[in-house]
Amino acid sequence: MAKYIVKRVLYMFFVLLIVTTITYFLMHNIPGDPLTALVMRLPEQTKANYYAKYGLDKPVWEQFLLFLKGIFTEGTMGESIRYPGRMVTNMIRRYSASSGLIGGIAIGAGFLIGTMFGVISALKKDKLPDKILSLIAIFGVSIPVFVVASVLQFVLTATFPILPTMGWGEPKHTVLPILCMSLSPLATYTRYMRSSVLDVVNQDYITMAEAKGMSFGMIVRRHILRNSILPSLTILGPNIADVFTGSFIIESIFSIPGLGSYYMTSVTDRDFPMIIGCTIFYTAIYILSLLIVDILYVLIDPRIRLGNRE
Amino acid sequence: MNQTNLSDDLFIIEGCSAAEGDKIGRPQTTYWKDAWRRLRQNRLALLALVLLIVIIFFTIFGPSICGYSFEQMSSDMNKAPSAKHWFGTDSLGRDLFARVWIGGRVSVIIGVVGAVITTIVGAIYGSISAFAGGKVDSVMMRIVEIISSIPYLIVIILLSLMINDSGITSILLALCLVGWCPTARLVRGQILQLASAEYVTAARVLGVSSWKIITRHMIPNTMSVIIVNLTFRIPGYIFSESFLSYVGLGIKTPNTSWGMLASAAQQNMFFYPYQMLFPALMIGLTMLSFTVFGDGLRDALDPKLRR
Amino acid sequence: MESQPLIQVQDLKQYFPLSRSRVVKAVDGVSFSISRGETFGLVGESGCGKSTTGRSILGITRPTAGKILYDGADISAFNRAERLRFKKNAQMIFQDPYACLDPRMTISSIIKEGMEVHFHYSKKEADEKVRELLSQVGLTEDYASRFPHELSGGQRQRIGIARALAVEPEFIVCDEPIAALDVSIQAQVVNLLMKVQEEKRHAYLFISHDLSMVRHISNSIGVMYLGSLVEMAESSEIYAHPLHPYTKALFSAIPKPDPDQNWAKKRMKLEGEVPSPINTPEGCKFCARCPYAKDICRQQTPQLKDLGGKHMAACHIL
Repeated sequence: MAKYIVKRVLYMFFVLLIVTTITYFLMHNIPGDPLTALVMRLPEQTKANYYAKYGLDKPVWEQFLLFLKGIFTEGTMGESIRYPGRMVTNMIRRYSASSGLIGGIAIGAGFLIGTMFGVISALKKDKLPDKILSLIAIFGVSIPVFVVASVLQFVLTATFPILPTMGWGEPKHTVLPILCMSLSPLATYTRYMRSSVLDVVNQDYITMAEAKGMSFGMIVRRHILRNSILPSLTILGPNIADVFTGSFIIESIFSIPGLGSYYMTSVTDRDFPMIIGCTIFYTAIYILSLLIVDILYVLIDPRIRLGNRE
Repeated sequence: MNQTNLSDDLFIIEGCSAAEGDKIGRPQTTYWKDAWRRLRQNRLALLALVLLIVIIFFTIFGPSICGYSFEQMSSDMNKAPSAKHWFGTDSLGRDLFARVWIGGRVSVIIGVVGAVITTIVGAIYGSISAFAGGKVDSVMMRIVEIISSIPYLIVIILLSLMINDSGITSILLALCLVGWCPTARLVRGQILQLASAEYVTAARVLGVSSWKIITRHMIPNTMSVIIVNLTFRIPGYIFSESFLSYVGLGIKTPNTSWGMLASAAQQNMFFYPYQMLFPALMIGLTMLSFTVFGDGLRDALDPKLRR
Repeated sequence: MESQPLIQVQDLKQYFPLSRSRVVKAVDGVSFSISRGETFGLVGESGCGKSTTGRSILGITRPTAGKILYDGADISAFNRAERLRFKKNAQMIFQDPYACLDPRMTISSIIKEGMEVHFHYSKKEADEKVRELLSQVGLTEDYASRFPHELSGGQRQRIGIARALAVEPEFIVCDEPIAALDVSIQAQVVNLLMKVQEEKRHAYLFISHDLSMVRHISNSIGVMYLGSLVEMAESSEIYAHPLHPYTKALFSAIPKPDPDQNWAKKRMKLEGEVPSPINTPEGCKFCARCPYAKDICRQQTPQLKDLGGKHMAACHIL
């Protein structure tokens, strides 16, 4: 087991390296660079100085190697070009806190509540609770997050001024963003759990448990939950990626100073160091969550013996 | 009690043949016809299908019906829906009805074509990987794993940056470049499962050539999974396209799509909510219908649910 | 009397590696032969390697060691044309009637599939052949256009038989063909197999764990335990005088219809654990459960010895 984890972590670094390389070279091929706007009206010599300062006059592969050197020797990813003086790593650290908060709660709530909904929905199949929950689920899966956000913002802030439209700093600012971001995972997990529980409930071992006289609650806890949660786990990883994308939009709609909106602005500004930094960060988080999910999967499903395959 | 006299000649022996003993009384039908029959019974899925057909109809003919060009600006700016402009007008006085349906063409085409292309590519890749087996399979799947490790949207964002022209083909390219991976995994898994199926072994024992086994046994049995997968991917692509356009990385003016329209309407949401309403409604309805239809299709094609 | 048996299996071994150090010895040195028109019954508990033996012979899995001779020729030395001919002549009837037919093909296509490989019939001839085969297995011709899911287990098994017969084989491996069927249908299927064998002089390898049924159809019987043959003799002989302790225990477990007989006979119960086929112990594989085990049984693996009248057993005590 430990061997497997080590292998996966090494693998993670390998993938990160590849992603970084590709992103780096991709980025330098896009039209425009971070300094164009800044140096537009400056004399030639000053322009050249600027470019030299940021190393943008060197060939791309040389810049790349310098970049790598920076990471491994000093643990830095450079300065943001758009906001000179701010280190990329610091900015990421600061802004990921708010994004992480919303994202984490959204996934957590979505998973827990969605799983619960799914179980209820399956156990009361075709009755009213099922119909309502399935309806909510299917809407959650189909309506894009920016639509939901816009509508909720309109209804809950303008029409009925319950919540603040935008801003950050107090708990009440987190309500709407979390609500918007959790709808999609909630809907997805409801659907997955529902179909999974329906499969499990028809199995003979459930009937056997009932015949043994087990209380219903116990059956759900001991047999149904454990066996039906597996498909949901497999999509937990990719779900995290979806939450990233959701965060880009939500943060801009609600003016939340999170990593998502800074990523988007750095993309538009062509702020190379920031783009690379955020890309690496997001990819790392994603791969890490995939690894955690795989480990969880092995812990819960004894049928899987990783590393002992034929 | 009077015991009724039952003489033997009251009873005629019907006879029973062994073959009749387990005859099944069900009309014969092919797999696809049976699936279609079950699909028809699912009213929700049919409703979704009808809705889709209506939407597609309007994307094709909508702009011509209302009589305005989608680019035509007028002085009737930001007007609410009325008899003159069925969906109202935008900030430049352009008729929204026409714009929504023109935008619909782009969104739906990207959704469907994107899903179809990635499904085909993924299916071919997955099949080759499964058949090659051994080292080739390992390497091919490693590549898929690596690509899948990158958050999808990050790739798309970066790719869209590279693309200068804002036409449909470039957006499609960006979307399809990594979208084929889940399908490849799915198809490979299916084929590996089928490869150990008893009837495939039987065909091998009979001496059927590998090629015939593939085309006659494996592909038809994989089709249903691929088709359902395709139907579920379409809303995903519609969403990706609208997301991209919403953040300004996708379709750019003068072309338009639902995502673009929603994005443009974002600022005016509080004053002219109808401008956001229609594109958002269309996106939602289309995605919803594809999802519901996909659900129905999956249930109809699953032999375990046969009644 | 045939000059030589149709199928000769010589020291067949089929090992499956689980990882670098662990190997499952599913079949560990099995030898027997079958002549035309004869049935060799292979019996044993679940997991003893009988199905694997059948599959190895047909080449579904490649044997780890050993030789298989078809009509005197070593099948591993066949070129492509000869291998194709072997495929025509050696067929299999599968255990699970629900899994062995492609659910998306009509019965007619299923039966024709093999024919298309080995013969060149016109469409009319092929359809006629399908009709013939269907009636041979006791089904009417309207079954030709149906699908497997419309048929019962017994009917599907008969289609499986028809499919095997369609290529006119000389040797058929019947891998637990009746295990999944109702008792009443079992008898029908076995009788069908015997009738066809009488007409066409097929050689059968009849694999089963149903001891009473095997007796009915087999000329000789081999008893397998954990991958090896422990006893082999003609069926009447082996049922009357089982020699190996394992065979004795097996046969003593066969229920007899007469309840008085059941009370009277002595039931031999086997104690002890069934060893795993992964780490087979030294010496006789059965010694852990054998009531007669001696020291030599734990040290030396017994070989099959002829104990008179072609009755062979592998045991140190005999």
